Amino acid sequence: MSKFKKKKKEMPAVNTSSLPDIVFMLLFFFMVTTVMRETDLQVESPRLPSASEVKKLERKSLVSTIYVGKAKDPKYGTTYNRIQLNDKIATPDDVPAFIFIERGNQAEGDIPFMTTSIKADKESSVGTLADIREKLRDVNALKLSLSTHKASEISK
Amino acid sequence: MARRENPEINAGSMADIAFLLLIFFLVTTTMDVDSGIPKKLAEKTEVKPPIVKEKNIFQISINSNNDLFVEDAVMELKDLKEAAIKFIDNGGGVGNPMPDKEAGAPCDYCKGAKDPASSDHPNKAIIAVESDRGTEFGVYVAVQNELLKAYAELRNRLSQEKYGISFTELDQAFKDSGRKDEALRKKVLDIKSSYPQIISDSEPTDVQ
Repeated sequence: MSKFKKKKKEMPAVNTSSLPDIVFMLLFFFMVTTVMRETDLQVESPRLPSASEVKKLERKSLVSTIYVGKAKDPKYGTTYNRIQLNDKIATPDDVPAFIFIERGNQAEGDIPFMTTSIKADKESSVGTLADIREKLRDVNALKLSLSTHKASEISK
Repeated sequence: MARRENPEINAGSMADIAFLLLIFFLVTTTMDVDSGIPKKLAEKTEVKPPIVKEKNIFQISINSNNDLFVEDAVMELKDLKEAAIKFIDNGGGVGNPMPDKEAGAPCDYCKGAKDPASSDHPNKAIIAVESDRGTEFGVYVAVQNELLKAYAELRNRLSQEKYGISFTELDQAFKDSGRKDEALRKKVLDIKSSYPQIISDSEPTDVQ
């Protein structure tokens, strides 16, 4: 009988030597996907409106973003209608120059696919949007996206 | 002299270092995708816009107090979708010719009231949004969203009837195929041209 008597075995310790490998794999994944914010926001981070019928913007490199919101610097006033292009507070008149610079960074063939994304605060006024829109039409940047949060039902 | 073995480097803390880096990148990563309401702006041309019959225009105005007016009557935002569907889907007359056809035909897929005083055909029905310069952007987006919902509902309905699959799924299937599947492309274009989104933003009026 003693033949079949099981020897008392201790639980073997879990081999953790591959743990660093796993962690490194995760690390590389996040390193590759990380996008550090390129521009410092000069306006307060816009509180985007919510909408349900939204489209995702594909090909991020073709998107130029215009921020509209309240300027952090009080010398620009307290309305929610300040426009930020790159990292400066600007006026609608600066929009065409901004678009031309953005176009210069792209391959010739990609220019028709460039999209302008407007990240505007929900309390900003439609007048500002209309000014930007008018300038965009002037330089034939016709694809526009009004950035919103995705929401299943809009809350009022 | 005693030969000493090179002591092995202790790699036990390697995991800690890696974890530290991992956590740093986890925190700084922004995975959010930018999504928004797509808009196609009209090109600036010298050509005068064609004259459109009054009955084919669905006039929406938002004043600077964020009140919504539809055809000069006050309306709540929640009723806008139904009103827009009723207008687009009316089908009271003959539409513009479809891309592959010579002459225009009456809308045979519309389920509306066929009221001769409302829009003729979904491809003639124009929704004009007029807003004040002082209107809040949030309200403007909410209105646009309701209008897009109306179109989405009509497209889904038609797609369900014709192909037994909703337009959202159809479009997704087309995108998943890498925009190469010709049969799906035809279906998507067919639904899109049956209910084209014609939303025009007129220049905002000034605050008085």
